[in-house]
Amino acid sequence: MAVAAGKRKAPFKETNRVIRPGETYGGIDDAVLTPVLAPLAKTPMWWWIGFTISAAVLLVYLVSVVKLITTGIGIFGNNIPVAWGMPIINFVWWIGIGHAGTLISAALLLFRQPWRTTVNRFAEAMTIFAVVCAGLYPILHLGRPWVFYWLVPYPNTFGLWPQFRSPLDWDFFAIGTYFTISAVFWFIGLIPDLATLRDRSKTKVQQLLYGILALGWNGSAKAWQRYQRAYLLLAAVSFPLVLSVHSTIAMDFAAAQLPGWNNTIMPPYFVAGAVFAGFAMVLILAVPLRKAFGLEHLVTLRHLDNASKLMLATGMIVVYGYFIEIFTAWYSGVEFERYMIWNRMFGDHAVFFWALIFCNFVAIQPLWFRKVRQSPWALFFIAIIVSVGMWLERFVIFVVSLTKDFLISSWADYVSTVWDWSLFIGSLGLFSTLFFLFIRLLPSIATAETKETAYHDHHHGSDAFEHARMEYFHAEEPA
Amino acid sequence: MSDAQIDFTDIRAKLAKHEGPDYWRSIDQLAETEEFKLFLQREFPRQAAPLEGSFERRDFLKLLGASMALAGLSACARPPLAHEKIVPYVKQPEQITPGRPLYFATAVTYAGYAEGVLAESHQGRPTKLEGNPDHPASLGATGAITQAQVLTLYDPDRAQEVLQKGQPSTWDDFTSALSGTLAGLPGGDGFALLTENVTSPTLASQISDFLGQHPRARWFQYDPVHPDNVVAGARLAFGQDVTAVYDFRAADVVVALDSDFLDAGPGSLAHSRAFADARRLRRATDTMNRLYAFETAPTHSASLADHRVALKPSDVSALAAALAAAIGASAPTAQRPAAVSQALFDALVADLEASRGRSLVVVGPDQPPVVHAIGHALNAALGNVGATVSYVRPAAARPAIHREELAELVGLMNDGSVKALVVLGANPVYTAPASLDFAGALAKVPFSAKLGLYHDETADAVTWSVPESHFLEAWGDARAFDGTATIRQPLILPFYAGKSEIELLGALLGNPSTAGYDVVRNYWRANVTGSFDDFWRESVYRGAVAGSSSPAVSVSAAPVAEALPAASNFELKLVLDDSLLDGRFANNGWLQELPKAFSNLTWDNAAVIAPTTAESLGVKTGDVVKLTSGGKDLSAPVWVQPGHAVGAISLALGYGRARAGKVGTGVGVNAYKLLDHTAAGAQAVTVAKTNDSHALVSTQTHHSLEGTGEARHIVRSGTLSEFRAAPDHPHFVHPVAHHEADLYPDFEYKGYRWGMVIDQTVCTGCNACVVACQSENNIPIVGKAEVARGREMHWIRVDNYYSGSLDDPQFFHQPMPCQQCEKAPCEPVCPVGATVHDSEGLNVMVYNRCVGTRYCSNNCPYKVRRFNWLQYAELATDATALSLANNPDVTVRSRGVMEKCTYCTQRIATARIDASVEDRKIRDGEVVTACQAACPTQAIVFGDLNDPTSQVTAVKASPLNYWMLEELQTFPRTTYLAKVKNPNPALASAEGSH
Repeated sequence: MAVAAGKRKAPFKETNRVIRPGETYGGIDDAVLTPVLAPLAKTPMWWWIGFTISAAVLLVYLVSVVKLITTGIGIFGNNIPVAWGMPIINFVWWIGIGHAGTLISAALLLFRQPWRTTVNRFAEAMTIFAVVCAGLYPILHLGRPWVFYWLVPYPNTFGLWPQFRSPLDWDFFAIGTYFTISAVFWFIGLIPDLATLRDRSKTKVQQLLYGILALGWNGSAKAWQRYQRAYLLLAAVSFPLVLSVHSTIAMDFAAAQLPGWNNTIMPPYFVAGAVFAGFAMVLILAVPLRKAFGLEHLVTLRHLDNASKLMLATGMIVVYGYFIEIFTAWYSGVEFERYMIWNRMFGDHAVFFWALIFCNFVAIQPLWFRKVRQSPWALFFIAIIVSVGMWLERFVIFVVSLTKDFLISSWADYVSTVWDWSLFIGSLGLFSTLFFLFIRLLPSIATAETKETAYHDHHHGSDAFEHARMEYFHAEEPA
Repeated sequence: MSDAQIDFTDIRAKLAKHEGPDYWRSIDQLAETEEFKLFLQREFPRQAAPLEGSFERRDFLKLLGASMALAGLSACARPPLAHEKIVPYVKQPEQITPGRPLYFATAVTYAGYAEGVLAESHQGRPTKLEGNPDHPASLGATGAITQAQVLTLYDPDRAQEVLQKGQPSTWDDFTSALSGTLAGLPGGDGFALLTENVTSPTLASQISDFLGQHPRARWFQYDPVHPDNVVAGARLAFGQDVTAVYDFRAADVVVALDSDFLDAGPGSLAHSRAFADARRLRRATDTMNRLYAFETAPTHSASLADHRVALKPSDVSALAAALAAAIGASAPTAQRPAAVSQALFDALVADLEASRGRSLVVVGPDQPPVVHAIGHALNAALGNVGATVSYVRPAAARPAIHREELAELVGLMNDGSVKALVVLGANPVYTAPASLDFAGALAKVPFSAKLGLYHDETADAVTWSVPESHFLEAWGDARAFDGTATIRQPLILPFYAGKSEIELLGALLGNPSTAGYDVVRNYWRANVTGSFDDFWRESVYRGAVAGSSSPAVSVSAAPVAEALPAASNFELKLVLDDSLLDGRFANNGWLQELPKAFSNLTWDNAAVIAPTTAESLGVKTGDVVKLTSGGKDLSAPVWVQPGHAVGAISLALGYGRARAGKVGTGVGVNAYKLLDHTAAGAQAVTVAKTNDSHALVSTQTHHSLEGTGEARHIVRSGTLSEFRAAPDHPHFVHPVAHHEADLYPDFEYKGYRWGMVIDQTVCTGCNACVVACQSENNIPIVGKAEVARGREMHWIRVDNYYSGSLDDPQFFHQPMPCQQCEKAPCEPVCPVGATVHDSEGLNVMVYNRCVGTRYCSNNCPYKVRRFNWLQYAELATDATALSLANNPDVTVRSRGVMEKCTYCTQRIATARIDASVEDRKIRDGEVVTACQAACPTQAIVFGDLNDPTSQVTAVKASPLNYWMLEELQTFPRTTYLAKVKNPNPALASAEGSH
């Protein structure tokens, strides 16, 4: 199906190692880079289909944005008391998804986890695209989006600064920083691969494009040394961001005095939730991608296993958060808090709460079993359930809390509109369009780092390597 | 230029009217085709917007001249256009300071009865009505409807030209047709004049002149708002026409029999003030009156009741009779209704006996005449006559029972003896009881004319429809409930060349070019002794003619012999709507969107039933039922109302208009289709469930205060005896102890520190504050669909709560403006600093800084912030005349910004400027917020908390004062006085506590 897969006719057996034994540098390059450099005509049909659908959905997004700006925020279902509705849910949902990328690339790099190499590239891309989708939401969601820059502290004729006490302002900086650092980190990581692409380019356009992007990379030891240093430093800068971005967003809620928002547990709970959702998204993308590109030898079961372990761990932290919320509400003795939890669990929107408990708690329990963690499609479906669950979690926290706050007279329901959904579905289109462009134009696996892994596998694996190799080839024969 | 047909008759008519421009540019221009308007808009945008037609800048200027000279208002007469010149001020008019409004006294009327108002005029443009403190029916307050009347003035749907059978015509054509018709009727034989209730002395004298000239002409009155049963009841009791005037201030015990004396009917504002004065409580030593209310549907008055029983209308009648028997007054025999317990009945009788001469029985206008007669007998037996009730000559020029007059008129129309009918103001095609088929009878009248503000249902059916001038556009006069006359002065020239009733009568008297000003002046000149000019200046200025109240009449009650109305299984009570009245305000968006008391229902009427009734019928709110009464049927959605009487249905009139205008047409169901002119009170009705449902939109979802509501301590209430038991720290005011703690020192206010108190003990939930705020602060309406989404814009809302059982709940109204928290949660969360604290403690909103994150609203525990989700306010580019009702002192907000109550910061600013010019501090009472000014019971007090002598400081010192949601430590500047009730101590179950 895929170009690379077409060449590799031999039956393939899944492996638990971070890389299939016996991978060569050339083999890695062939597998990853050939499809990128393939001429337009040789672009596989599945890409065209996927890209066309994505672009069509992106069009929905553009129409929604135009409608939103020309008509006003009233096209959504928001009201008083529910002044923040689906757009903010989707914003936080996207930001959460954007978390695994940085975590995989930065944290695992710092902790020297070699298994990250084959998944970090598209996880980072995922992060950036998700942050793009997320970052547009708070701007579009403003009553007057054209003056969003008033949140930026810049010298102006009003003689006014933003109000630095507002968590929304912190939020603005957090997202801006996160996007910038993630994008730079991603680009730096791409440079050696871009150079390889440049070197393997057959056409002028490719040579020019990748040549410019490669920033004159020459592969010298000095270049490598500086590259490694820069990459590590950026990793060290971006790792705290994983914690800070979502903590800051959690402040939007924790700093408010609304029951259901005003909780000190929010920041860590949001971070765990974000990593949880982020790994779910990694799995949603990785499982079909490795199949489509025939990259099972690079993105192995070991990767999936590790990702699902992380998903399970962070998921259980999130579940702990749910119980702590219930406990604190009871323990506080505050009527408003107690009622909020009661309303969440048994009120008009109770079905959302129980659905979320199913998605985020019950559905991840099979991950305790290795067998499940190593079945790609089972993981794919669990990850989808988790993504839905995390969306529900935000709905329950944001909207359900707002519908019934302090004064009974102001209680009101929230009903989303077709535009709420079109903007959300459209943002999925934006994400997937960017993603399709990415997998077609850039290497979706970091070849330079993967080669490093292959090198280590060769030279340090010795016995284990031989053993595994024998096992591998033995198993390849039909039973 | 256009494919559209050009109507040459129309053009000729317009030219004849001299209404078009002097030099017309094209036929399209004259025809006012859409194309021409577009062309005009493109080329001369200022000329096209916003007023098409006759209202132009020079009218303002003329008006400035007019308002300058109160007595010599000749400038109101329109000079011929050819000689008009636009001239700037050569000398600044003496009274005009640009930017400062002027106030002119005039009056609004309901059923003909005047309520004095002061109309605020900005450079000749009326923008708001305030109560006239010198007028006995206002005392400075206004009702909700009065506040909304200024919007009707600018309603672009108003009738704008004379129509003959739907075709444009002219006043001249009309008057010549009219005099021609009149000439063909010897002695006026076959001529009928139909007016609403006439209290205007000038109009009455014109009518009597007319009837003198045409002795065989007939004059009928029909006004659905008119209290027919009150008139009939007085006739029954005393054999003559008298009006009872009540003194609630002197009454310790009040019994209301299906009466909303605080909110409906002539004199309700005066009643509100007096009743509230006798009830207001600051200290435990203050005295308090006691109110017993027996009624069908919850009313504003009964929300203050100390004892209330829901009874169907026939049971209220029976109770009146039983009470009369127990007191020893003349009445038909009747059983005490079972719903009124023996204990309550005995306690009530004992209470009345003990308060002889200090009690008062009031009967509502929906009770049949016999019950009114019983009420008079009760007051006489209790020694109240001369103490709390006095009888005066009626204010109406000719008291009448309108439903009987209309029936007689329809009879004459049907047998062909009416050859010409002139209708003044009324809209009988819509408002006549269905049992009369007025429209069918009207078709048999060869010449019919109607003068009205709108081309409405009646205008469609008559041969001539003449636009009426709004009361702010015309000279006139009217009497209040107690007979006090007001000379009504206009503030602006008629927008649409409308004519007043007086001017039309002038035409009937043979002078089509009569100016209302001359007629009114001539009438009063003839009736005044002494210097007329002094009288005129003083009366017009004050808005009340001194010494004009009706003389007292001595009466003696005849024994009541008439039988009580028969009870039926289901009784239908058709009531005037709280907002739309009889439907005449159906095209007023402020009133359509005004949430009704108790239900918070907007943009609809509904068949209101008790929960028990709903259960037995198997229906819920929004289900449509079919009501059948007197052979007519009507489908209406149900509203299940706690506290409504079982076995009865209340349905508001005024909805289901077929031709009200863009706002009001087709809203709700037309209850006139069930109205029976022979029924003096409730009608028997059968109810059948249908499978349909209708989306009723309420601004508040309803929850009982039990459970979490009670634990929230939102509404705090207790009884007078509880208060007296702990006069310094009543437990019900502070049910939970809270500790104040802050790391930071408080800000010190060196100048003013504004604050407000709302007294729940006297708040009737009348909504006057809501519309007053809307009018003052340019608050847009959003329409039914947006209200359904939860996006109504009212800056002050009246929250309704219940406690107790579904069948017999207690009612609480809680006006909720911005609480102006000292530690406002909205402020620190705004990322751009668009909502900040000012140096006088106000939590201010900077509209042009707001980017619309709405975080402030999420963090507001009171949810009093309102957001412009869409472009609700009219933009300059597409504004209609409605935008002229805007207050120029208040910004009109664009879409995407947050807004909220500002404590009328513009009024504070005005006072501050005045004070600084005179180099003094703002005096207590100098700043009156719009809600405070309107409040009929003076439940809202506003002022400077830094002033130890201010009224607000004194009220806040009351032990009843509490902060809403005090545990949140927001330190609101708006506080509430707990609601105190005064139940009869003889009754063990203290209803005032929970």
